[in-house]
Amino acid sequence: MLDALFQAAVLTSVAAATIRISTPLLLASLGELVAERSGVYNMGLEGMMLMGAFTSYLAAYESGSLWLGVLAAGLTGALMALVFAVLVITLKIEQIVTGLAVNLLGAGLSTYWLRSAFAGDGKTPTIPFFADVPVPGLSNIPVLGPILFDQRMLTYIAFLMVPAVWLFLFRTRYGLIVRCAGDNPKALDVKGVRVAPVQYAAVVFGGLMAGLAGAFLSVGQAARFVPDMTNGRGWLAIIIVIAGLWRPYPILVAALVFSFLDALQLQIQGVGIAIPYQFMLMMPYVAAIVALMIRRSRASAPARLGVPYTRE
Amino acid sequence: MSKIPRLSVRHLTKRFAALVANDDISLDVMPGELHCLLGENGAGKSTLSSCLYGLYQPDAGEIRVDGKTVQLRSPGEAIRAGIGMVHQHFVLVPGFTVVENVAVGTGSGWRLGRAEALSRIEAICSTYGISLNPHQFVGDLSVGEQQWVEIVKALYTGARLLILDEPTAVLTPEESRRLFAIVRRLTGEDLSIVLISHKMAEVMQSDQVSVLRKGRLVGTVVTSQVSRDQLTTMMVGRSVAAPTRAGDAKAHGETVLSVRGLTQLRDRRPVLDNASLDIAAGEIVGIAGVSGNGQDELFECLAGLAHPDGGKILLDGETLQAYSPATIAAKGVGYVPSDRFRDGLVADLDIGENLVLGQQWQARWRKGPFIDAAALDANARTAISAYSIAATGPSAPSRKLSGGNAQKVILAREFAKATRLLLCNQPTRGLDIGAIEFVHRQLLRKRDEGCAILLASEELDDLFALSRRIGVMFRGRILAVLDTKKATYDEIGSLMAGHRSEAAA
Repeated sequence: MLDALFQAAVLTSVAAATIRISTPLLLASLGELVAERSGVYNMGLEGMMLMGAFTSYLAAYESGSLWLGVLAAGLTGALMALVFAVLVITLKIEQIVTGLAVNLLGAGLSTYWLRSAFAGDGKTPTIPFFADVPVPGLSNIPVLGPILFDQRMLTYIAFLMVPAVWLFLFRTRYGLIVRCAGDNPKALDVKGVRVAPVQYAAVVFGGLMAGLAGAFLSVGQAARFVPDMTNGRGWLAIIIVIAGLWRPYPILVAALVFSFLDALQLQIQGVGIAIPYQFMLMMPYVAAIVALMIRRSRASAPARLGVPYTRE
Repeated sequence: MSKIPRLSVRHLTKRFAALVANDDISLDVMPGELHCLLGENGAGKSTLSSCLYGLYQPDAGEIRVDGKTVQLRSPGEAIRAGIGMVHQHFVLVPGFTVVENVAVGTGSGWRLGRAEALSRIEAICSTYGISLNPHQFVGDLSVGEQQWVEIVKALYTGARLLILDEPTAVLTPEESRRLFAIVRRLTGEDLSIVLISHKMAEVMQSDQVSVLRKGRLVGTVVTSQVSRDQLTTMMVGRSVAAPTRAGDAKAHGETVLSVRGLTQLRDRRPVLDNASLDIAAGEIVGIAGVSGNGQDELFECLAGLAHPDGGKILLDGETLQAYSPATIAAKGVGYVPSDRFRDGLVADLDIGENLVLGQQWQARWRKGPFIDAAALDANARTAISAYSIAATGPSAPSRKLSGGNAQKVILAREFAKATRLLLCNQPTRGLDIGAIEFVHRQLLRKRDEGCAILLASEELDDLFALSRRIGVMFRGRILAVLDTKKATYDEIGSLMAGHRSEAAA
């Protein structure tokens, strides 16, 4: 029976699915990376993704444009992050608790809005979703072509964000400022750089990315919105940041590992191997816990992560 | 009067609620001048420097730089006015390289400009004789080198007036000498330096001294025209007797603490290496050594905070190492840790609570299952008056205490506990003369009560003044325990550098 798993076509499809599944994880975790590098824990990722997924679906349904949907999702995520930033940066409310509240808000608001927007039999209409965009030339490469270069636009964007975020954090003046805010905000303050605007910008960027991650789930692949459709991916993105040691490329690796496990379980269910599917579903999450156990040292975390900055 | 002062402060007043931290202060600093701000902790030196660096806004008064009145509403404005500051507690990012630490927050736009930053840093270093590897991570640098980074940081922003806030508090004597060599090169280039200090040896090297006491300017004097004693009297408001060798008031008694072959490993390397030591009742044994040579580990093992990998600790003949810190404390052992805000106090608790920390479960601090607020309050009032802690009352939060007053709270707590043995690791570090004198008197009082005291200090003066014998630590070993009466500074200095002398044999 296992033979069925090792056929070339199956492996290619698992690999392609891995890339596709990693898209929202990568978008959300890269955004979270920037926010955490500035010293702010955004635990509201799940709620921001969920709201992004919903507003992109709604906007796409109303306007007929998928890209307007993506835009709506980005704006929604950014707006929620802005509210979150006011609470945790300006008002200095406990970041983790505030993040949890944002998650509850996202879950409740998206469901409520869904019900009021599509009153009736409770069925939500499906919309067209993004088609694969083969990259001319590259998609014809055997094996790698269909895996890497026959994906959706948001997937390409997500993967291009990895070097982009790396360049930003480690090769630009603003990136250095963001990292400094997370490691020793006072070092910025004494240079005459105000810490709060830096953290606001980083958190809002993180929210925008979370919104895009949500958009991928609804208009990117499911073609509809289902309550709680993020299904823990926001949390997984937070774990990916930790497992990726707060660095873009290791985060890419971590995102791919989790996505591979998810893709694998889908495939195993598909070929009907007799393992209860619940165990298969569990795999990415078990891997997440194992990753956290291995990475229990916080040595590479930003030194002042989660600590609001106050000038003494 | 031909030159315009680089910095001119006129009638500066800063209040915090009822407390007047700076009261009508006026002073001038000329270009190329090394101007010292002298005062005890809490005299208002730090407040004044924070006003000069835009961290606080004065309530009244005027600040002029090169003759122009400036409003310093933020550090950014201070930097633009040409003021740089080296903070007492370094403000550096350990995970950044020297270049990154210096360059962060400077420049404009997206470009990092690493290459330009590097060449400017190298130019600054060579101009002033600072040796630094710009590519090293700051976390890998020694404390002395981190100080150079701070200075380069300030110079990099174009500072013409540099405020150094107690720059030598963390430096070895050799590093301090190098710092002053650099400071003199800076003043030679017409930079002005405001040096905040309470170490007389440093103060005497300045051009002018402004003495602050209780928020007021006592006076500004030309350093070459005053003596140390005069300055001390100005600072404290009375004359202070220099510490002298305190004779053994009582014959020392039976052995209280006996350490035998104590060894502790970290990453398979010994941080404590076969250390042995005895302390008798009524005896102070000093521990000399450059910090980081096992002193902290020795104290932590003795206090039960760390477990040795080998050797024995005997308190009154009884083996200690299987006990928890609480059990050891209950046997009459007090412990004054070296980092008072990290290990000695809980900054968010008030004075009354900190004074019973670790004993809060004892019946005398409880009323049934609850903390007895009245008992804590009474205890705190007694301690505040007995140790003359400058605080508004028992419910004053500990984080607002100055270093000296925080230390007094710890001393009050630990001295009350220590009936047999008192462990004091760097009890006078960072304290001003008045507070040091106070700690010395308390230690001698405790000794005369028959307590055995282990005292580590980086100030050899302290050890010579207080202890009967001095042990010298080097790389986790106690190289020798010398009789203070026969020992010399040179002998101890050479042991601290790891050279075994004949006396050690």
